[in-house]
Amino acid sequence: MKPRILPLGDSSALIQFGDEIDPALNQRVHALAHLIEISSLEGIIETVPAYATLLVHYDPLLLSFTQVKEHVRTKIAQVKENESRTPRRLEVPVRYGGEYGTDLEFVATYHHLRVEDVIRIHSQKIYTVYMMGFTPGFPYMGKLDDAIAVPRLPSPRTRVPAGTVAIAGLQTGIYPTDSPGGWRLIGWTPLRLFDVEAENPFLFSPGDEVKFIIEKS
Amino acid sequence: MTLEVIEANGIATIQDAGRIGWRRFGVPTSGPMDVFAFHAAHALAGNSPRDALIEIGMGDVTFRALHDCVIAVTGSGFRLSVYIWDFPLWSSYYVRGGWTIRLEKTDSGMWAYLALAGTLQIKPTLDSRSTYLRGPFGGLAGRALQIGDVLRADHPSRPLTELAARTLPEALRPAYTQTPIIDVIMGPQKDSFTSESVETFLSSDYSISPISDRMGYRLEGAALTQRAKIELLSEGMTRGAIQIPANGQPIVMMADCPTTGGYPKIGTVISADLPVLAQCAPKQSRIRFRETTVSQAQKKYRKLMSGLKGVIEAEFGMEY
Repeated sequence: MKPRILPLGDSSALIQFGDEIDPALNQRVHALAHLIEISSLEGIIETVPAYATLLVHYDPLLLSFTQVKEHVRTKIAQVKENESRTPRRLEVPVRYGGEYGTDLEFVATYHHLRVEDVIRIHSQKIYTVYMMGFTPGFPYMGKLDDAIAVPRLPSPRTRVPAGTVAIAGLQTGIYPTDSPGGWRLIGWTPLRLFDVEAENPFLFSPGDEVKFIIEKS
Repeated sequence: MTLEVIEANGIATIQDAGRIGWRRFGVPTSGPMDVFAFHAAHALAGNSPRDALIEIGMGDVTFRALHDCVIAVTGSGFRLSVYIWDFPLWSSYYVRGGWTIRLEKTDSGMWAYLALAGTLQIKPTLDSRSTYLRGPFGGLAGRALQIGDVLRADHPSRPLTELAARTLPEALRPAYTQTPIIDVIMGPQKDSFTSESVETFLSSDYSISPISDRMGYRLEGAALTQRAKIELLSEGMTRGAIQIPANGQPIVMMADCPTTGGYPKIGTVISADLPVLAQCAPKQSRIRFRETTVSQAQKKYRKLMSGLKGVIEAEFGMEY
């Protein structure tokens, strides 16, 4: 499918590659984001990759939508689907269940599985950070195995502690800071995902690969 | 050039032009709610667009000048008094050490901008001095100003007397009103709404809900319905985007809006009209939306900003 380029207001352009959670689509999003970043056309401010779209923020005092569109088109032509860059892979230790993983039992019961099976299924896959958003540093990762997919909470919890590992639908994520949250909580990592004072404030970047490592509590 | 906060109601925060380069990690840009008033305050004070200033909203604030300084105050919805005098906004003033500067909230707007001549001394966080209250980070430890805070600006661009008594003519400001017609660029999910809903959106009056904040303005008025219950995958978002959640009541994304969102967007408010919308007050305002094109919108924004730059250059022989 040829990507569509649509205006989002007068200072952003939305590039739609598709409308589903699909690793191949998402890879093209990150490849295009990279190409646009390194092209450093004056007036392009920054890009925001998402599941199947890329948003390009630009300065309307310097660029018209048509100019942005043309630039993006030339960059799309350079995205070679089969020649993707090797993503960075991070290992994330997780203590499943316990004080923070309060919904682990629920997930097991929901699917008539043992808790150990849920842990095994969640930790055996390598996930991709499809996008970041919600709160600073929150990684939306997937694709989760159907066998442990659960709907989000009917109404969100008012406070989920930083480091909590959670799942919702075919996604998994980690809360970087204490925040409200509607996902099902299955564990906790001691890693710090967001430190505003650090030289590298964010543990993850969009496009990274993540492997969860079971840590005994 | 130092100010001490001696009264702090409402929400006064440090803001610069915004936090750029971190949106891919989920960090909102923050920055001023009224971008034009922000730039006008800096231009009048002889500052650079990269400087930080004080945004004042929701309540009264009083400062005491600890030394002689020049301030420029812009925006809407506040009465300004310096020492024993009442002064209009959209001007710069010479303030003697010991005098008080008071901004008192009125009903007719939302945000005032106070720029001290010189560079406000605030440590940047993620490359920006803007306060993000929900972070909380930026500005003064991510919080609103409190009594006892001391703010210092160094190195004004000119001698203070040259920077004082400068005014931005009303004709060069956006047409602030509580009953505006706000231009929007429709899409990207316009087609997921019924044609009746699109028509309703472009022909009904909306007002601002009192539960609005720096993150978003909730609109009260006719609810909008989607053709079918489609699940939109989260995608990038921007200031001005009009999201329609399940209850059908539009929310306009503002300065602290999330970087991504999963609700369909019927349209986006244009940059030139966002300052006007930002100054619309709950209960007071009656807003209409009108469709425009990207090229018209950009033309309007360029005209607005070049008007400001032009007057600074022509009247004061300075570049902004």
